[in-house]
Amino acid sequence: MDITNYVVLAAVLFAVGATTVLLRRNAIVVFMGVELMLNATNLAFVTFARMHGDLTGQVLAFFVMVVAAAEVVVGLAIIVTIFRTRRSASVDDVNLLRG
Amino acid sequence: MIGLAPWLIGFPLIGAAILLLWPVVLGRRSIDRWGHWLGVAASAASGVVAFILMFRMIGTPAEGRSVDHHLWTWLSAGGLDVDLGLRLDPLSLTFVMLVTFVGTLIHVYSVAYMDHDPDRRRFFAYLNLFVAAMLTLVLADSYLLLFVGWEGVGLASYLLIGFWDTGRPSARENAVAAKKAFVMNRIGDMGLIAAMALLFAHAGALDFGTALSDDSVGSMSQATATAVGLCLLLAACGKSAQFPLQAWLGDAMAGPTPVSALIHAATMVTAGVYLMVRSGAILEAAPTAQLVVVLVGAVTLLFGAIVGCAKDDIKKALAASTMSQIGYMMLAAGLGPAGYAFAIFHLLTHGFFKAGLFLGAGSVMHAMGDQTDMRRFGGLSRFLPITWITMGLGWLAILGIPPFSGFWSKDGIIEAAFIPVEGQPWRAWVFGTVAVLGAAITAFYMTRLFFMTFGGRRPRWTEGQHPHEGSPLMWWPLVFLGVGSAALGLVLGIGGTFTTWLEPVVGHAEHHEPVLPVWLIITATLVVVVLGALLAFRMYAVQLVPEEAPRGSALTRAARKDLYQDAANETLVVRPAFGLARVVQVGDRDVVDRGWSVLPQAVSWFGGVFRKAQTGYVRSYAAGMAGGVLVIAVVAWLVVGLGGAQ
Repeated sequence: MDITNYVVLAAVLFAVGATTVLLRRNAIVVFMGVELMLNATNLAFVTFARMHGDLTGQVLAFFVMVVAAAEVVVGLAIIVTIFRTRRSASVDDVNLLRG
Repeated sequence: MIGLAPWLIGFPLIGAAILLLWPVVLGRRSIDRWGHWLGVAASAASGVVAFILMFRMIGTPAEGRSVDHHLWTWLSAGGLDVDLGLRLDPLSLTFVMLVTFVGTLIHVYSVAYMDHDPDRRRFFAYLNLFVAAMLTLVLADSYLLLFVGWEGVGLASYLLIGFWDTGRPSARENAVAAKKAFVMNRIGDMGLIAAMALLFAHAGALDFGTALSDDSVGSMSQATATAVGLCLLLAACGKSAQFPLQAWLGDAMAGPTPVSALIHAATMVTAGVYLMVRSGAILEAAPTAQLVVVLVGAVTLLFGAIVGCAKDDIKKALAASTMSQIGYMMLAAGLGPAGYAFAIFHLLTHGFFKAGLFLGAGSVMHAMGDQTDMRRFGGLSRFLPITWITMGLGWLAILGIPPFSGFWSKDGIIEAAFIPVEGQPWRAWVFGTVAVLGAAITAFYMTRLFFMTFGGRRPRWTEGQHPHEGSPLMWWPLVFLGVGSAALGLVLGIGGTFTTWLEPVVGHAEHHEPVLPVWLIITATLVVVVLGALLAFRMYAVQLVPEEAPRGSALTRAARKDLYQDAANETLVVRPAFGLARVVQVGDRDVVDRGWSVLPQAVSWFGGVFRKAQTGYVRSYAAGMAGGVLVIAVVAWLVVGLGGAQ
């Protein structure tokens, strides 16, 4: 099986994730887009590791997973807190830091 | 001898320190009871030391009388080594005797005069401070230490003129007068600093021994000597209230009368004359500077005399007279070795008779409820006999009637003014005439002052006055000064005792004969003096003196306003200075500041533009980042691609 297919899949997944982040307003969905982008990256790492016969990419994928897990914990906590105070999970409602 | 001289300064300095610091540490209730006597004791102790030194010096042969006492090395910086030292010679000792003797008498007088003042202790602290500073000034053996004393007397003068500045609006005059004196003295001080800088640049030293030596002065160019001489003259003008820095002296009369007697008549204001005589070697090397000194003296002499004729305030009339008499001394100091001895001699006799006249004026004011307007006096001779007689002696002395002291000193100056100068025959005639004319006007205004106060059958007092003599503490000093005014000139002047005494310092004066015979000069002077006195007697003793000042001639009205000296200063100096300050202020604010503020304004404008990028929408930031990454990726791809194509 041609290994470039995996790279194409990773690119498609990343594009889907990025589009989700840019277009959706719901914070949870945006978050899911972020996760999708991270995992697309992981797939690319693993693919290139296989391509070059080098384990570095695979190790990096594990690091990304660990950091993503921590990020999910913090990110969800923030979203829940915002929802509690503002009764809304829309990222466009949270714009107090505008210039 | 080394052991004693520093105590001259030490005693009053310690007195001032105790009087000022004791209340801070131990409270003022105890010291307020005896502090004034401590002040008197400190001054008197200094006077005793002065007497001992005086007798020792008389016992020393003339060539050994000038002694430098090295105390310690004051500062040593690069090429400048200044030793702190005192120079004891006939000139400085003359001053020391005058300052301590007259100073102690005035201290005693002040005990009674300031009796009701709650701040009497502070007054004595300042008086002691003044005595210490004045002695530092005259005993210094270098210009730098002289400058310390010079500033010290300026400070004491400032503190004492403003002594009655309580902060209330009614005392504003005192504060203004004190500041005026201080600021005008600063202008003179600039001259002294500049002179020191020039001397240091030339001789590399500031002590009299080196800077005034024949080597140093002999190698000085004409221009340098003239510049140093004129800078020193500026300093002397500030301190001695000489034209054109004379305006502060009249206002300085806002201080208590003993201060006027000690500082603004007898001692401090004559420091300029001392400076001129001490720096005589430099002036002799600069005939132009000498001529300017004589001119300043002559102008001030007439200026003060004219102002003195119109003043109705007894203290201001005396202040104008002081200015005029110091003009005489300055004139003599500019005449070279022929004049130095008489400048100092007149300074000494003037110290006595003018201090006596001021203390007498204080006694009159004390008796008349602090009235100073002579138009409200009159007929006081019966009520204040001691003041009348002692002031009478001072009056005869300042007129220069033989054998009273002023005759011996002032006549010497007038004769010296008539001595011809080579190449400038006009000088002897002009300055001689001015000196004689000054004597006539002096006779007029002093007689006017004397008879407006004591003469006249009908008193012009305000309601409820019961004049009487003050306590013995007040009239004993008057008696001493009166005796001094009467006899000092005769004792020191006859046979040239005083001139010989000063010879080790000022040198022996070989000079030409005056352009007129001496007997003619003396007779002419006496005739105009008597005429001036008779005119004043007719106008102010025989005729009735109106209680309100008549309008008077244009000259009288000008003289009442000090010949418009304040208006002249205001127009010629203060306004232009304010104008300059205004230009600088506006320039700084509208040109410099505004110019520089373009920079922060530009930064602020750019900030405002870029601020709009911060929308607060997370998704727009994400889009920005994605777009940015895309741009970088495209650029990188293009670069790599192009690089690969090569």
